Amino acid sequence: MTTTADPRGVLTGTHFIDGDHACCEGALAAGARFASGYPITPSTEVVERFAARIPTVGGVFIQMEDELAASITLQGAVWGGAKAFTVTSGPGFSLMMEHIGYAIMTETPCVFVDVQRGGPSTGLPTMPAQGDMMQARWGSHGDYEIIALAPNSPQECFDLTVRAFNLSEKYRVPVMFMMDECVGHMTEKVVIPPAEEIEIVPRRMTEKSREEYLMYHPEDDMVPEIVKAGDGYRFHVTGLTHNEKGYPSMTVKTQDKLITRLKDKIHNAVDDISINEETDIEGADVVVVAYGITSRVAMRAMQMVKDRGYKLGHRKLKVGMYRLITPWPFPDARVRAIAEQIRGFVVPELNLGQMVGEVERASRGLAKVISVPHAGGTVHDPEQIVEAILEAAR
Amino acid sequence: MTELAILDNPTEQFLRTDRMPHIWCPGCGIGTTVNCFTRALLDSKADLNKVSVVSGIGCSGRVAGYLNLDSFHTTHGRAIPFATGLKLARPDLSVVVYSGDGDLFAIGGNHFIHAARRNVDLKVICVNNLVYAMTGGQTAPTTPSESTTSTSPYGTFEPSFNLPQLAEAAGAVYVARWTTFHVRQLAKSMQEIFAKKGFAFIEVLSPCPTLYQRRNKMGDGMEAMKFYKEKSKRKDGVPTAEVGLTRDGEIPVGKFVDRERPDYETLMKDHYRRTMGDRYVETGAILCQ
Repeated sequence: MTTTADPRGVLTGTHFIDGDHACCEGALAAGARFASGYPITPSTEVVERFAARIPTVGGVFIQMEDELAASITLQGAVWGGAKAFTVTSGPGFSLMMEHIGYAIMTETPCVFVDVQRGGPSTGLPTMPAQGDMMQARWGSHGDYEIIALAPNSPQECFDLTVRAFNLSEKYRVPVMFMMDECVGHMTEKVVIPPAEEIEIVPRRMTEKSREEYLMYHPEDDMVPEIVKAGDGYRFHVTGLTHNEKGYPSMTVKTQDKLITRLKDKIHNAVDDISINEETDIEGADVVVVAYGITSRVAMRAMQMVKDRGYKLGHRKLKVGMYRLITPWPFPDARVRAIAEQIRGFVVPELNLGQMVGEVERASRGLAKVISVPHAGGTVHDPEQIVEAILEAAR
Repeated sequence: MTELAILDNPTEQFLRTDRMPHIWCPGCGIGTTVNCFTRALLDSKADLNKVSVVSGIGCSGRVAGYLNLDSFHTTHGRAIPFATGLKLARPDLSVVVYSGDGDLFAIGGNHFIHAARRNVDLKVICVNNLVYAMTGGQTAPTTPSESTTSTSPYGTFEPSFNLPQLAEAAGAVYVARWTTFHVRQLAKSMQEIFAKKGFAFIEVLSPCPTLYQRRNKMGDGMEAMKFYKEKSKRKDGVPTAEVGLTRDGEIPVGKFVDRERPDYETLMKDHYRRTMGDRYVETGAILCQ
């Protein structure tokens, strides 16, 4: 059940733009006509472009007084019927956590873009890191599942932003768009296809009457249909634990039913949500698991291994890559299946080891898992990854 | 046998009766303000399908849940930015923010001044019970000096906010204060802001017998009414700098500010028309596919 993009927002053509600008174009192509933001390096270019573009497309950009405001203003717009997003980086992402929880609890479809920089605290404002991966998953209080995407090029910043909006509508969940400073500020060719070639998942507006409609009654895929303000439904939205009518119901039973559904609607749909890229996995001895800018450094390391002709016994050492395009929900089953066939995983990240814990958990000791940590500020030296590959092969 | 005539309460249609009884304590003034609000809805002949109510967190934050309108119970302090997003996406809706003093002026204070500065077309009703009631009666930025609260067992010494002055200074186009004793005046004021475009603000002084009155030996809800009646003085149009509240002193009430300033949407659209000309694509409601 999809449609195609509204051509007014689609800048069809071949462009030479950076990842931040490509993300903005992806949002416009996806139908976002509302953004609330607060300036923070290295993400600001996304909303700067949106501020310039949106009056020519039809919509609103508002710069709010802080990230607390930015992260809830967009949700007001969504309940009015708009597609909306916000953009930030580390410190702002920290401030937005409560409202990510609100979007999860109220099942508000929206997108949070985080262009990651070095942290904690003010850290390295202009330099790259991938230190918010666990915060994206666990940063708000309570139990939940989210969806996160991690592009590794400006082209993917466009393509995957469209996908982020589509997933948020399909599953009624905030989608975390986990860029990093390198990908955000890297300028490359970006091809924006004609509007009719861009698939859009429409909002799941109910067609039921006010009497028939139950605000949080799940459909077969555990996702309820939505309404917007002003249509006579007289509905109630609350961050409190609520029953299917949307009314507060703070009982153990309601809590269990609601929170379990919020988790399962994402967890059980991992095969639909998760797209990840596999390169030379078949017959590989070692598989590098990487995402974002680090996946591109890892590709260089793999090429170095190939060029140098390292041997494993009498044959050439074979190295594959599993690129996480969808870090969350984590592709447990696939990582476990790969673990059964290889000697070891190598997990380079611009943090001191975040997604590597997931790889370890999913592989259940079936393969070695070697972390290649980096505190951020620049990318890895590919030599560090080569060394880890050789260690994993031993 | 005599049949009892069951009279319909004319304001019942505005309430979610399936959510009654409500959570508010005996003597609490929040319900009184809601009654005035429903009267204002009735008298203003508002299209109820086009009125949204947004609340934050706290006792007054529960108002949204009892009104039979599109209603949003948001996060602590963030009712105003949520309402800003809703209003900017849907200029066709009347958007009311209904919340408490702690919510709007402590954790949400920054949003209040910025929404007033922008003159977003919101109707903001603040039920001021002088404390954080939901959490047990802690000191709020509105608690008058020398009051006892659960976190000021020896009395408060911090100066408190003068809300009408703050609202006026930040840019509100309509500023009034009433108490829950002034039910007719309050209902009329609420009706007036439905006809007002821009950031309109009403402060309603409301008793919290359980946590403020009791700790300060000020009696129950009825005693509060007597206190409001005795201490309040109608002062329409006086400078808002002169209407600050003290623990036992005079309570200036009335309409202090009623002025015209272009609201955010008007400013935005006029500006883009002027600076961008034909390139500007003007929109009404922003609705996705």
